[in-house]
Amino acid sequence: MNIVVLVKQVPDTAAARTLSETDHSLDRANTDLVLDEINERAAEEALTLKETTDAEVTVVSMGPDSALDAIRKVLAMGADRGIHIRDDRLQGADVVSTAKVLAAAVRTVADVDLVLAGNATTDGQASAVPAVVADLLGLPQLTHVRALALDAGRVRAERETESGQVTLEAPLPALVSVTEKINEPRYPSFKGIMAAKKKPVVTIGLDDLFPDADDTGFLVTRTRVLEAVPRPARVAGVRVTDDGSAGRQLAAHLIARKLL
Amino acid sequence: MPDVLVLVDHDGERVHKSTYELLAAARRLGDPAAVLVGTPGTSARLKESLARHGATGVHAAESAEAGEFVGSLAVDALLLAVRTVSPAAVLVSATTDGKEVAGRLAARLDAGLLIDAVDLDSSGAVTQVVFGGSYTVRSEVSHGIPVIALRPGSFEPEEHPVEAVEHELVLPPIDPAGSARVIARRATPAGDRPELTEASVVVSGGRGVGGADGFEVVEELADALGGAVGASRAAVDAGYYPHQYQVGQTGKTVSPQLYIALGISGAIQHLAGMQTSRTIVAVNKDPDAPVFAVADYGVVGDLFSVAPQLTREVAARRGVA
Ligand SMILES: Cc1cc2nc3c(=O)[nH]c(=O)nc-3n(C[C@H](O)[C@H](O)[C@H](O)COP(=O)(O)OP(=O)(O)OC[C@H]3O[C@@H](n4cnc5c(N)ncnc54)[C@H](O)[C@@H]3O)c2cc1C
Repeated sequence: MNIVVLVKQVPDTAAARTLSETDHSLDRANTDLVLDEINERAAEEALTLKETTDAEVTVVSMGPDSALDAIRKVLAMGADRGIHIRDDRLQGADVVSTAKVLAAAVRTVADVDLVLAGNATTDGQASAVPAVVADLLGLPQLTHVRALALDAGRVRAERETESGQVTLEAPLPALVSVTEKINEPRYPSFKGIMAAKKKPVVTIGLDDLFPDADDTGFLVTRTRVLEAVPRPARVAGVRVTDDGSAGRQLAAHLIARKLL
Repeated sequence: MPDVLVLVDHDGERVHKSTYELLAAARRLGDPAAVLVGTPGTSARLKESLARHGATGVHAAESAEAGEFVGSLAVDALLLAVRTVSPAAVLVSATTDGKEVAGRLAARLDAGLLIDAVDLDSSGAVTQVVFGGSYTVRSEVSHGIPVIALRPGSFEPEEHPVEAVEHELVLPPIDPAGSARVIARRATPAGDRPELTEASVVVSGGRGVGGADGFEVVEELADALGGAVGASRAAVDAGYYPHQYQVGQTGKTVSPQLYIALGISGAIQHLAGMQTSRTIVAVNKDPDAPVFAVADYGVVGDLFSVAPQLTREVAARRGVA
């Protein structure tokens, strides 16, 4: 079995995130970067499968130098090897280009049975990249999955969205994106962290994946930001301490505001 | 006027309100035309209500297998319709399924994708709110036919009766090796409550509610207000309330007229999903809870006495009105 896990490094949501004034891109200098927590669960799922199916797990991440930290973390959790896609030209890549690059990187891994990803990352809310990667690779997509089982060359998954729950089934190879409800990720052990330093990570760029990228004018994005304005922070309003009548006072307040 | 394609969300019998919102938004750019995927007979049932909301055409792909594949048929149908009418834009609802369909369509068209738009102007530029409500961004598509996913509830549905011309779309056969099949379905009971992302009032409970039974207090207040119920991640993780009601960074983003947070501390990841609400009310025992920094009206107190009292007041007022 060959499993590929797609992971991304994102700004820690525990801190405020800012956009750079010049090009409206994420201001990475002013943020703590972490392995996205849902991607971490995709990695956990891959490693659980590795224990039962003897799989080789390749972790793929696209991003600047720092993305190597995210890859190393998954290697420390137990993955076997990494692919770091690093190219300054990919800065600001849109959903379509991100998916194209990730799909091309998956194609460099021989005989892939399963591609795992998070259903969303906490820094974008598009939640579309895994579906597009599946589409580009011609793989069945089982996205937003909270439970997963492999058996006899098939994958079965519980998909949960606002329109309800469905059980999906598909032949391998397939792409699965998981939600944060699927598992609890393991912590890398000290031994794992030491071992991760010796595991192979190849660094590749746009030209390795698309040799004629410059000639074909590889598009990095198909959208343009016209303006980005910070929203005014909310300010605290009225505050009361309940003396037994706060519910009634609140009702009166809502009526006065025409909210009732 | 150019055509603007709108993907129809429906349950086979009824068109979802979010589709009427898309039709209203589409009219800013051109003549809305609906693209519909369903089992045979669906188009005949839904055509009239689509025409009443401004759809000048209905491109219908009917197949006995509709519903057995998540999203794939919609992508194929939109692609075919795009090839037929060369639209000015394609609009879908920014639901979980809609966002994936939009992404796959944009990739196949090599076109720009704008997801989770809350507004759209006649030039095709959209407004998005990013990073949990900390920035408002205006963007436009610079390459290809704009594919835009509009957040449900951002537009008002409008009646705009027209004649709808029907077109049949003949889809290519599904490739079994490239598709996941739905083998069982458990619909979320819709109940009488409005959909979380569309509701004008949301009452959310957190860990402070203390248990699944405690959520009755949250539900009763929501019902008195005609609102939806939400939950913090801590409440969901503790099993008090189902996952699909989670509000926040990794849950739903809501932006109602009134958001009431009961027993929620106000962690930054929760605020990310609700801080664009018009008015925020918080009830929390802890006067130092961070939620009070964003609340327009904060009550320091026990939710089990404050919320039922508010529920009774609301019910009494509704009873009189
Ligand atoms: C990457 C990441 C993503 C996350 N995504 C989300 C997300 O999408 N949504 C989300 O909500 N969280 C999210 N979280 C979790 C978030 O950080 C908080 O842990 C969570 O929001 C806390 O939920 P809570 O406020 O219900 O619980 P707590 O923080 O435990 O707060 C409970 C509150 O209830 C009050 N209380 C207790 N009893 C009563 C009573 N009887 N009456 C009144 N008040 C009472 C307490 O004073 C306390 O303030 C995420 C975290 C991470 C790291």
